Amino acid sequence: MAKEAGERKKAPRMGGRAAQMMPGEKARDFKGTIIKLFSYLKPYKFAVCFVFFAAILSTVFAIVSPTILGMATDEVVKGVMGSGIDYRKLLEILLILAAMYLASWLFAVIQSWIMSIVSQRVIYTLRDAMSKKLDRLPLKYFDRVPYGEVQSRMINDIETINQTLTATITQMISAIVTLVGILVMMVRISALMTGVTLLVIPASMGVIKVVVSKSQKHFNNQQSFLGKVNGHVEEMYSGHDIVKAFNREEMSEEVFDEYNEALCDAGWKSQFLSGLMMPLTQFIGNLAYVVVCFLGGYLALNGRISIGQIQAFIQYVRSFNQPVQQVANIANQLQSTAAAAERVFELLDEEEEVDLDKEPEVVLDPGQVQGRVTFDHVRFGYKENEPVITDFSFEARPGQRIAIVGPTGAGKTTIVKLLMRFYELDGGRILVDGHDIKTLSRTNLRELFGMVLQETWLNSGTIKENIMYGKTDATNEEIIEAAKAAHAHRFIRTLPNGYRMKINEEATNISAGQKQLLTIARAFLEDAPILIFDEATSSVDTRTEKQIQSAMAKLMSDRTSFIIAHRLSTIKDADFILVMNEGNIIEHGKHEELLAQRGFYAELYNSQFAE
Amino acid sequence: MKTVLGYYKKYIPFVCIILLVLFGQVMCELLLPTYMSDIIDNGIVAGDMDHIKHVGLIMIGVAFAAVVFSVTGSLFASMTAAKSARNIRKALFTKVTSFSRAEIERFSAASLITRSTNDVQMIQQATVMCLRMMIFAPIMGIGAVFMALKTSVSLSWTVGLALICVCGLMVFSFVAIFPRFKKMQEKLDRVNLIMKERLSGTLVVRAFRTEAFEQERFDKANVDLTKLYIFVNKCLSFLLPTMTLIMSGVGILIIWVGAHLIDAHQLMIGDLLAYLQYAMHVIMSFMFVTMIFVMIPRAAVSAKRVGEVIDTAVSIEDPEHPMQLPDTSDLSAELRGKIEFIDVAFAYPDAEENALEDISFVAEPGKTTAIIGGTGCGKSTLINLIPRFYDAAQGQVLVDGVDVRQLRQTDLRQRIGLVPQKGTLFSGTIESNLLYGDADATEEELELAAEIAQATGFINEKPDGFDTEIAQGGSNVSGGQKQRLCIARALVRKPEILIFDDSFSALDFATDKALRRALRQKATGSTFIIVAQRINTIMDADQIIVLENGRIAGKGTHKELMEQCSIYNEIARSQLSKEELERGRA
Repeated sequence: MAKEAGERKKAPRMGGRAAQMMPGEKARDFKGTIIKLFSYLKPYKFAVCFVFFAAILSTVFAIVSPTILGMATDEVVKGVMGSGIDYRKLLEILLILAAMYLASWLFAVIQSWIMSIVSQRVIYTLRDAMSKKLDRLPLKYFDRVPYGEVQSRMINDIETINQTLTATITQMISAIVTLVGILVMMVRISALMTGVTLLVIPASMGVIKVVVSKSQKHFNNQQSFLGKVNGHVEEMYSGHDIVKAFNREEMSEEVFDEYNEALCDAGWKSQFLSGLMMPLTQFIGNLAYVVVCFLGGYLALNGRISIGQIQAFIQYVRSFNQPVQQVANIANQLQSTAAAAERVFELLDEEEEVDLDKEPEVVLDPGQVQGRVTFDHVRFGYKENEPVITDFSFEARPGQRIAIVGPTGAGKTTIVKLLMRFYELDGGRILVDGHDIKTLSRTNLRELFGMVLQETWLNSGTIKENIMYGKTDATNEEIIEAAKAAHAHRFIRTLPNGYRMKINEEATNISAGQKQLLTIARAFLEDAPILIFDEATSSVDTRTEKQIQSAMAKLMSDRTSFIIAHRLSTIKDADFILVMNEGNIIEHGKHEELLAQRGFYAELYNSQFAE
Repeated sequence: MKTVLGYYKKYIPFVCIILLVLFGQVMCELLLPTYMSDIIDNGIVAGDMDHIKHVGLIMIGVAFAAVVFSVTGSLFASMTAAKSARNIRKALFTKVTSFSRAEIERFSAASLITRSTNDVQMIQQATVMCLRMMIFAPIMGIGAVFMALKTSVSLSWTVGLALICVCGLMVFSFVAIFPRFKKMQEKLDRVNLIMKERLSGTLVVRAFRTEAFEQERFDKANVDLTKLYIFVNKCLSFLLPTMTLIMSGVGILIIWVGAHLIDAHQLMIGDLLAYLQYAMHVIMSFMFVTMIFVMIPRAAVSAKRVGEVIDTAVSIEDPEHPMQLPDTSDLSAELRGKIEFIDVAFAYPDAEENALEDISFVAEPGKTTAIIGGTGCGKSTLINLIPRFYDAAQGQVLVDGVDVRQLRQTDLRQRIGLVPQKGTLFSGTIESNLLYGDADATEEELELAAEIAQATGFINEKPDGFDTEIAQGGSNVSGGQKQRLCIARALVRKPEILIFDDSFSALDFATDKALRRALRQKATGSTFIIVAQRINTIMDADQIIVLENGRIAGKGTHKELMEQCSIYNEIARSQLSKEELERGRA
């Protein structure tokens, strides 16, 4: 059922039409954003020009045709009144009409055809740019902006732009052309009738406005109660055990009833009010229709207009409301497009990592690296004015085992993140084999480290693909060997499809411990000169851990390694221990030395078993 | 589907009203062209201005009636949809609340949430659509056909021809476009999945320098999606203009054929114009009906998913004649909260092997019974049998000498304080979460519970103390704080039985130790069951049960087990060094 979790994100929008009418969020810089969005259309400027042209032509043909249809009617009327129908003339008119319909159809299809290609290419480019940007953002950015938000920009906002880009541009053109065109044609038939009909527009706009403002309140209520109901459901279902264990079923249902009732109330009211829109505007349309019939009849009696003209006029009136509503719609759509686009551009304009495209001064061969790591007066803070590490100096000699310990939240991983240059130092240097890591390219630097992280990230590929993640040209034998070393081979073989088993989207088809073993196998295969284990065995049980540790020991021999752990028993044999608390390195030394100091480490160490 | 339809029974009168008013609306709308034709034929052509005035006024009346009908229909439709959705939602929620663990796990909580929220929403939307469109379109279609036939039978083939064209167009969209919508969603999901993975794996991607690989993977999905999007959009480009073309074409045809009929005095000019409008109504209704065919299957899927839940039988129910647990005050201290497992075996639904087998032990009041073992050995399963989240397949679980299956669930759970593995908190405040244990607890009792749970320190550090807001899922407090609040919540209950399901894992050693000491000093008299991974946590328990593959591999105190149980010995050695073990023993 893992895929249903995905489904949840595609929540259906309540009351589609009502939602469209509601003014959405607004962009801060509407004009600038729209200009920027349109600049993405630049490579297709000829195509877009053609689209404009075709849209105008298609609309013009569509507007003229009712008049010609009216001419055909008049021809028939003339025939009835007089000497019989002139079929040749009628056929001529009808053929012209058919040609106009066809032309309108053709331009409409071409216009929409080209536009769909252009807009999809633009969306592709935007997605691609975002994807590339991901690799260029400093990790600091992700400390500031939660993943969920970045994700929402990459998924929801792009989707919003996608859905509106095609529609808005061409609809805007045709709506405006239609409005103007219809007006011209109507005036040509009868200025008086046009004047009367035009009274309809403010009336219908007024109705829309009243209905929208009335339903807005209920619509907002509905959204907020829907949120409450959904929130309560989510909470109660995922805390089902607790509700049961504490006998709170009744209480939970009472709360639910209250929200559910309120949702129902707001729901039908907003639904009803937004449902009023159509009949009311239709009524006004019908009113205009009657007025036209009436007035037209009067004018026709006086011989000032013909029946065919009345018929054409009715058609114009009928199609007049549509563009008016469309323009209002598009205006709202543009607003939300701009808001979405603004967020997308904000991400694309985000500051990138420094020296990303700089030519490296030094290139180190992983095979030749000895593994001497030096911290030279390092200063660092995640936020400005909040230093986490102040003046830290330390040297790890080749082959040494360095442990970093401390309570949860002490900032143990910070050291590792600096080492791999995920963050920039505020001062001092970090050297690998005597070279400042800043002189290396990031890729080259990270090539030197093999790491197993606390969070066991796997992608939704096969087991094999995940193990060879760090070394894409690995042979099958190498992969199996690495899996064996990490004690993963046996369990992999018991899985359906073995090494070819696909890990599902939420990675729920293997256990946390198994995931960890895979990430260890991944590091084994990578075979880097310096190793980092960040709580690598925290989610495997202690007996398996023991086995893995023997494998890790094998891997670590004659390699510099950094081990982060909170189980102190696992790091006692380290050559050097860094003790961290609240982001600072407060003690360092060997196990015995630290115990002798009777400081923080000693306390931490003793607390785990002493009474 | 049937189950869900049952919830509409109550609203059949509403539906009847809707039927009636929509019928009225259709009649009105169809009358308008007739009157127009009347104006033309008997007013304009005949030159009768009074007739035009007269009919014009009638038309306004009819248009007004149409709007009244339409608004009434809309009112009842939205009420029916909202109210039936409310009832369905309520039925779902009540049902899920009554579910036992087995049912929750069968559907998964995530899926149940989707069903109670999105699926019900979908059903509600479909209901409104059905009640408005599905009823309106056929009536309109039939009415328009009737009027068209009445106006002129000889012209009817033109409309038939148009319908065939529309049909062809619909078949084209059903074959070429609609199946691709699903595919499009799949491809979009794929793009989004890769994006999500890259985001959550930023650190790993960079550490392994696989930016290029990921970029390529993404690009492939992106190209795939874009291609399909372009194809579908191209198809859609045809659809609407072609629809318009068909309607316009029919207009031309009607005029050409109509002209001949008028010439032969078989048709009036006004009738011809009315006929044009009827024809448009017929085609539009036909289109709406096909649209409904797109909507219905989606709603039916939702209805089925909802019905499935409502129809599920609850596996654990209260006995018909529940036994009463002896009143606590009647019992001597030694008997209050005694737990006994007698030859218990348990298997998860559809599992081939038993998760627990031959489990027998007694947990005495006032004493601590610890359960230890590797991941997946059945520790949590075992304790889930006590509050009857599951029922044992064989054997008995007794509380105070009574089989738990003979008790009312609420009576049984009243005596148990459970601290879950994941620190589940609810939105509200710290205080409201603690009161969850016992709504009548006094302030002093809350404070005492918090103190034992070692939570006083961090609660007082927060500016709002006990009134500190807790976000949904407790996401604004740390894992260790969550666990301590959960422990306090259970303590507020002052239960006879306290169960800790690996509840100390997120605590650092010092806090863990202080907490256990406080528990021993201040929460005396309860039966403690502690599940743990850390040897430190359970070393001093009165009784330790070692589980291995669902069976008891050893039972005794730390000292006894160190000597007799090889598995226990191995676990202990993997966590503690020799000297630590010795120090612990001393």
